[in-house]
Amino acid sequence: MSTLDQLVYMANQIARELGSQCPDRPVAATRDHLHQFWDPRMRQAIVAYLDRGGEHLSDIARSAVAQLRETAERAD
Amino acid sequence: MAWIGERDLGTKAIAAAAPTMVTVRIDGQDVAVPEGTSIMRAAALIGTDVPKLCATDTLEAFGSCRLCLVEIDGRNGYPASCTTPVADGMVVRTQTDRLAKLRRGVMELYISDHPLDCLTCSANGDCELQDQAGAVGLRDVRYGYEGRNHLVADKDESNPYFTFDPAKCIVCSRCVRACDEIQGTFALTIEGSGFGSKVAASQNDSFLESDCVSCGACVQACPTSALIEKSVIETGTPDKAVITTCAYCGVGCTFRAEMRGEQLVRMVPWKDGKANRGHSCVKGRFAWGYANHRDRILKPMIRASVEDPWREVSWDEAIAYTASEFRRIQAKYGKDSVGGITSSRCTNEETFLVQKLIRQGFGNNNVDTCARVCHSPTGYGLKTTFGTSAGTQDFDSVAQADVIMVIGANPTDGHPVFASRMKQRLRQGAKLIVVDPRRTDIVRTPHVAATHHLPLRPGTNVAVLTAIAHVVVTERLADEAFVRERCDWSEFEDWAAFVAQPQRSPEATEALTGVPAADLRAAARLFATGGNGAIYYGLGVTEHSQGSSTVMAIANLAMATGNIGREGVGVNPLRGQNNVQGACDMGSFPHEYSGYRHVSDAATRAMFEQAWGVTLDAEPGLRIPNMLDAATDGTFKALFVQGEDILQSDPNTHHVAAGLAAMECVVVQDLFLNETANYAHVFLPGSTFLEKDGTFTNAERRIQRVRKVMEPLNGYGDWEIVQLVANAIGLDWRYSHPSEIMDEIAALTPTFARVSYDALDRLGSLQWPATEAAPEGTPTMHIDHFVRGKGHFVVTDYIPTDEKTGPRFPLLLTTGRILSQYNVGAQTRRTDNVVWHPEDRLEIHPHDAENRGIRDGDWVSLRSRAGETTLRALITERVAPGIVYTTFHHPATQANVITTDYSDWATNCPEYKVTAVQVAISNGPSDWQQAYQAQTERSRRVLPEAAE
Repeated sequence: MSTLDQLVYMANQIARELGSQCPDRPVAATRDHLHQFWDPRMRQAIVAYLDRGGEHLSDIARSAVAQLRETAERAD
Repeated sequence: MAWIGERDLGTKAIAAAAPTMVTVRIDGQDVAVPEGTSIMRAAALIGTDVPKLCATDTLEAFGSCRLCLVEIDGRNGYPASCTTPVADGMVVRTQTDRLAKLRRGVMELYISDHPLDCLTCSANGDCELQDQAGAVGLRDVRYGYEGRNHLVADKDESNPYFTFDPAKCIVCSRCVRACDEIQGTFALTIEGSGFGSKVAASQNDSFLESDCVSCGACVQACPTSALIEKSVIETGTPDKAVITTCAYCGVGCTFRAEMRGEQLVRMVPWKDGKANRGHSCVKGRFAWGYANHRDRILKPMIRASVEDPWREVSWDEAIAYTASEFRRIQAKYGKDSVGGITSSRCTNEETFLVQKLIRQGFGNNNVDTCARVCHSPTGYGLKTTFGTSAGTQDFDSVAQADVIMVIGANPTDGHPVFASRMKQRLRQGAKLIVVDPRRTDIVRTPHVAATHHLPLRPGTNVAVLTAIAHVVVTERLADEAFVRERCDWSEFEDWAAFVAQPQRSPEATEALTGVPAADLRAAARLFATGGNGAIYYGLGVTEHSQGSSTVMAIANLAMATGNIGREGVGVNPLRGQNNVQGACDMGSFPHEYSGYRHVSDAATRAMFEQAWGVTLDAEPGLRIPNMLDAATDGTFKALFVQGEDILQSDPNTHHVAAGLAAMECVVVQDLFLNETANYAHVFLPGSTFLEKDGTFTNAERRIQRVRKVMEPLNGYGDWEIVQLVANAIGLDWRYSHPSEIMDEIAALTPTFARVSYDALDRLGSLQWPATEAAPEGTPTMHIDHFVRGKGHFVVTDYIPTDEKTGPRFPLLLTTGRILSQYNVGAQTRRTDNVVWHPEDRLEIHPHDAENRGIRDGDWVSLRSRAGETTLRALITERVAPGIVYTTFHHPATQANVITTDYSDWATNCPEYKVTAVQVAISNGPSDWQQAYQAQTERSRRVLPEAAE
């Protein structure tokens, strides 16, 4: 599995778990997890993947990564 | 036997919180002792040692040697003082003419059948028989020495660490009782009767071939040299002792390192050790010879390419080269292109310094530790639910448990000293539930049998725990009063509604978990209603794609049944390595400072910035697998690895190797040229736990001192080496002793606020949090409230792993460890422990073996989607059909060639416990194994040091 494939797999895995753990805020929970535990280059890579279409991201993961991108843009 | 300087009060203390005191007069002196205390112990407490041979204060009184007779006013005869309890107003005489005559008579009988070779005996000067002969005034043996005797009996030297000489044995049964009462193996017995009585191991086997687990309890208990360490025979008796802490598993046994000069003679478990209470296992007790093994590297080495041979260099050159490489690489590739790994085998002070080096010196948070691959889900799961990334109890707590649930742990092999304490409680009547795919030894062992063994299919922990919770909730067995008071009630209601769904029931999940529903229901009822329920778990919980979810499911169950916040209950992770708890506590994770505070927390970061005089990175760094990914992607170029062998211990060896090979500088600081060092450019020789001061923190959050007993053979303690590197890259560290590092930790870490070397020396140990409110530490956590406030229930939906069996890979592999070996085996493989486990074997069920034409001992290939290796088969019903199991102690096997990249969703802890594999007959080592062996030999070439 390439590093990007690995990141997409991990994002979906996190989204799937937090989707059941936090049914009222799955996207925010996933975004927060990525923000708290992923190194910036990993976050940049997954955001770049979303920018290219993010084909294999689940719905929750896709929305969470989109929020990550917004957070990063605001920080810039 | 116990060291000559250690006092033995003859019988155990009375274990009662508020005992009734009685006063007894002994030899004219009054003494008040707890009711039930023996006369022998009461006398010893006022300094009167009644002669004894079969009595020792680590064992129940036995009353067989008849040497400890006393006279009691108003009573006939001469009762044994070891078995006679004091009574209020009792008047006792321990020394009269009549008693002296009786004792001399008894001693004459013993000595008439004992070799009179005291001057050449290995226990000369440290022999209780010798001492007692003197104490009773023995001057003659009227029976002579020519009668029937045992003096020509054969000596058993089969065990690599101790000998049994029947000629020296006085058949006091102390060894047998130690094996029964303390260790709980019941390997020894007294065979025969009368004059023919003799100590026998198992069915009269040699010690090596018997059921003996070489814990050393029998040797420690022996009053003569009948059972004695070979190291004492070879070296002589010790003349001083230093209290220190074992460097093997997370139990954290404390030992007396008994020395003669600077030479270590033996390690003897310390009776006052609060983790081990005077017991030990074969590793800590005997397997310390690696410290002087010929493989140990004592001089620094460097090489420009991993294809080159190593070149021995001075410390100055090695340190300067390391610093220049890290600075060069950061200048070229950016500050985030480097990082490091702290060691769970090193001290708290050393791990603190490595993470400080990375944060302060390298300017990033790319630091991780081996907990990544073991208990990182414990940190995440318990912090989420309870608010603290650690277990809730001390080990003493198990003595108050009524129902013990062991999940995914094999304590008799992995945590043997704690297992012995657990077995003591089980023999007293506590019930046992084991949740494990394998029929581990604890399921059925002498005088212990699990009430329920739930042999779940690997990877279904969450489904099983949720099904247990289903029974608790739907049968209204939850402790609602506890939950209402201590937890968030609305979260509990959500969780209860979830687990109560019909599809979570034992019956609905039986097909996927493999656990019979009736057994699971019965186990759930027992846990919820059986009194104090304590959960102990290990890597069979954490090393899964749902490791963190399983930890939270365990926490849910403990909260729902009210089993938190008092002795005898709790959630207890059995930590793997000696200081894995401490390494986590010390800020070794890339998102946390010491004390588990996130790097993004501005107030915490400001405190560290002020202390360290630099601006710190607010972003989390890379975890170990992410470092390796980044390396293969070209953004991570240098790694500092202290005391960790990621090539052997981490999953998917091919991927680890590719990551390491992609780096421009890998620094390995270790005792030996380990497997990771095959890819290293700098080797900095490390020091053993015997050669430095510091602290380890065990699985019960107990901080204990490691004390230097000899000078480091390599020249420096590991903390000094890190300091040299730090100063070479421009920092200004001035630690002159590890105690100063601990002072800094305490100043920067609220849970360590009252920890200091002075406090540790005064109290023996401290369990964090040690704060103003709890200056002597916290044995039991969450007593009145959870650290996070209200206990947090988390819905844990079962999500199957993506690692699937199928036609190509029809079996499931799970991995683990064995009693005699430790982790990657770097230490234990360099001791005589290899006699018990010279190679990794593949356990396979007879049905699966027969289907493949495999016989016991055959070479088999073990293949997964990640890789292939070969090893020999061990056919056993310990594993269920469809499951195979192996250990990962030997690099020749490299079991992690097989394991995959799948990992825990929250922490990236690898899914070691579930790998789909195929097994087939093989002719011998695989092509990969042969190529790896050749690479290893090539990589370990060392050129002689150039003349300076």
